[in-house]
Amino acid sequence: MYLSTLTRPAGGRRRAGPVAANVVALGAVSLITDVSAEMVTAILPLYLVVGLQFGPAAYGAIDGLYTGATVLLRLAGGYAADRVDRRKPVALLGYGASAVAKLGLLAAAGSAAGIGLAITADRAGKGLRTAPRDALITLSTPPDRLGRAFGVHRTMDAAGAFAGPLVALAVLAAAPGSYDSVIMTSFCVALLGVMVLVLFVRDRPGPKPSREAPRWRELLRGPAARRLVPASFLLGLATIGDGFTYLLVTERADLALGWFPLLAVATSGVYLLLATPLGLLADRAGRLPVVLGGYLTLTAAYLLLGLTSGGGLWLAGAAVVLHGTFYAATDGGLMALAGPLLPAGLRTTGIALVQSGQALAYLFSSVLFGVAWQVWGTRSALLAAAVVSVIALAGTAVVLRTPERATP
Amino acid sequence: MNTRSRVIVLTATAVLLAALAVAYTVSRGAEPAPAEGRTSGDETADGRRLQFLTNGRLSYTSPPRSRRVTPVECDRAYAAAGTVACLRPVGALSAGALVVMDAGLHQRRRVPLTGFPNRLRVSPSGRMVAWTLFIDGHSYATTGFSTRAGVLDTRTGRLVTSLEDFAITKDGAPYRNRDVNLWGITFAADDNRFYATLSTGGGRYLVQGDFAAGTVRTLAPNVECPSLSPDGTHLAFKSAIAGDPKRGWRLSTLDLATLKTAPLGETRSVDDQPVWLDAHTIAYTLQLSDGTNQTWTVPASGLGKPQLLLNNASSVSPIPAPVQSARTGGQHRQSQADPRP
Repeated sequence: MYLSTLTRPAGGRRRAGPVAANVVALGAVSLITDVSAEMVTAILPLYLVVGLQFGPAAYGAIDGLYTGATVLLRLAGGYAADRVDRRKPVALLGYGASAVAKLGLLAAAGSAAGIGLAITADRAGKGLRTAPRDALITLSTPPDRLGRAFGVHRTMDAAGAFAGPLVALAVLAAAPGSYDSVIMTSFCVALLGVMVLVLFVRDRPGPKPSREAPRWRELLRGPAARRLVPASFLLGLATIGDGFTYLLVTERADLALGWFPLLAVATSGVYLLLATPLGLLADRAGRLPVVLGGYLTLTAAYLLLGLTSGGGLWLAGAAVVLHGTFYAATDGGLMALAGPLLPAGLRTTGIALVQSGQALAYLFSSVLFGVAWQVWGTRSALLAAAVVSVIALAGTAVVLRTPERATP
Repeated sequence: MNTRSRVIVLTATAVLLAALAVAYTVSRGAEPAPAEGRTSGDETADGRRLQFLTNGRLSYTSPPRSRRVTPVECDRAYAAAGTVACLRPVGALSAGALVVMDAGLHQRRRVPLTGFPNRLRVSPSGRMVAWTLFIDGHSYATTGFSTRAGVLDTRTGRLVTSLEDFAITKDGAPYRNRDVNLWGITFAADDNRFYATLSTGGGRYLVQGDFAAGTVRTLAPNVECPSLSPDGTHLAFKSAIAGDPKRGWRLSTLDLATLKTAPLGETRSVDDQPVWLDAHTIAYTLQLSDGTNQTWTVPASGLGKPQLLLNNASSVSPIPAPVQSARTGGQHRQSQADPRP
């Protein structure tokens, strides 16, 4: 039923490898694509603010679009992939769109509209490819090995995300201040990912994996929505985005611009170190306190950046530790919180709803923070962000605290 | 296609893409890096001994009709009395810095700075180094830019990274506003009095400052990037046409005794802090539309046309005769060696 190794024909020996070759190939595609995507993500704030001289407000709008479009277009992409029976072509379209979008970023040459368009194409590509890729993994793996297959795939994916900023750093070391070079390299890497997909991933015929059709109306009528939607929106409001945070760290700590991509790497490092211990803590102390505590570390980061003056590496270090702790404490935390509140049959839709709410709020907070930065300056904007996040957290605590479980 | 040919195709593609990425990066990263050398060209330089920058490398006139280009990289440079100041560009993994060197280009002090180098001056005695960096934005023509002007006293080691903390007197009254920006400092012979530009509330003013007292007071409107004449009686400066920086700048001189201004013979827009090469000659950099720089001179009297001094040159400063400058530079280094606080 599944491919055993790269070199042997399909349907061969079952025990030859732990994970299907198709899954490894898809993992490789994801790894390469994530290197490409994360190199751009790591330098995009610098490219826009330092390279192209965008004001904070314009950057905030593009950053909000970047993150907001990711989630909203994932819904659209999943829907589109469900309509079409063939998975590889849809995935190819998705990966290809993201690759070409990198060139679009260069071609836009400073036009905010062009960059917005390129970013939308990139995010649309991501939205388009996720569902067919996961479907291919499912179809290439016997049900009892799905966990491992996804584990391998996600690990490769994460490795790519970790390596991306490092590659960006290397490119910037070779060509100081040349963000164009990072984007061009990212395009080449993305194209390589597309080639691996074309050459080594096979479309599997098979029954359509049953996806839960979004049943918004049913969900929105339920009691969970009344708490989840406001909570996810509030938590989205509490964040101003990595790009802004890293830009402010760079400014406050007087960091050389070449080190900028390392902030993302260091944050990932802190995240990897703390994710498991904080997960254990959440099991013991309850999820809500850990998630809210995580958001409080973000508030602390804003206060730190807003109130201190001067401060070199220790400031950058402290900000990165707080930021990484925030991710470790909250990543998946809201989803875990949402899970028990959602009726079993509506889990996927519910989580999509939560993510959409968060993304929408994030778009708001990003734009607002950019405007605040431009009008009030960084310090006042940061203090305002800290105040907003405390209010949002208090709101979330009130909304989510009462009965922990709606449906056991 | 079998697996082997697929691997071959993939490898070929990978090599091709890697080559493309590397070629692009190298083409962007590599700058012409001439080693120390002499180039001959259409140097006019009037037989003057000058320090300047050639494509960001510290250079010296080397008569007849050639220049000596050193490997020392600067975004802005200035020299006086054996003190060579250089604003280092931001490197890939290093912050920008002010580097103070002696006449032999040996580093005496390095001050890490953040921002885009813009103006740089050394006081006539070689003691005070004053600079301006852009923090937000790159150009005086836009609104909403932010500058940081600093001063290093190489004798005492006192470092002021932002003059914005100085007490401001505007039109005779104490003044505070968080939109204040200062730029374009020029020091007088006493190494304490200085002149600079202050902008606040949409206006740009000439200020006179007292470094020891930490004060500045406004003198006249619409005077930017002043440069004090060798005898200390006049300022050369740029002023926005009709007070609107978007329309460009004209060069003029100002008599400090009467505060009367007189236009110079240059009618093109000049965005530079002018330099007095001698009591009668003012030099400045013009950026051409292709991005290269030329250094021109114009008579300080206001009579006479501008003349091309050096092609492909910026950040010009006059340097005294070689023997004298080497000796004073050496003594300077001996007596006030590296005054770190």
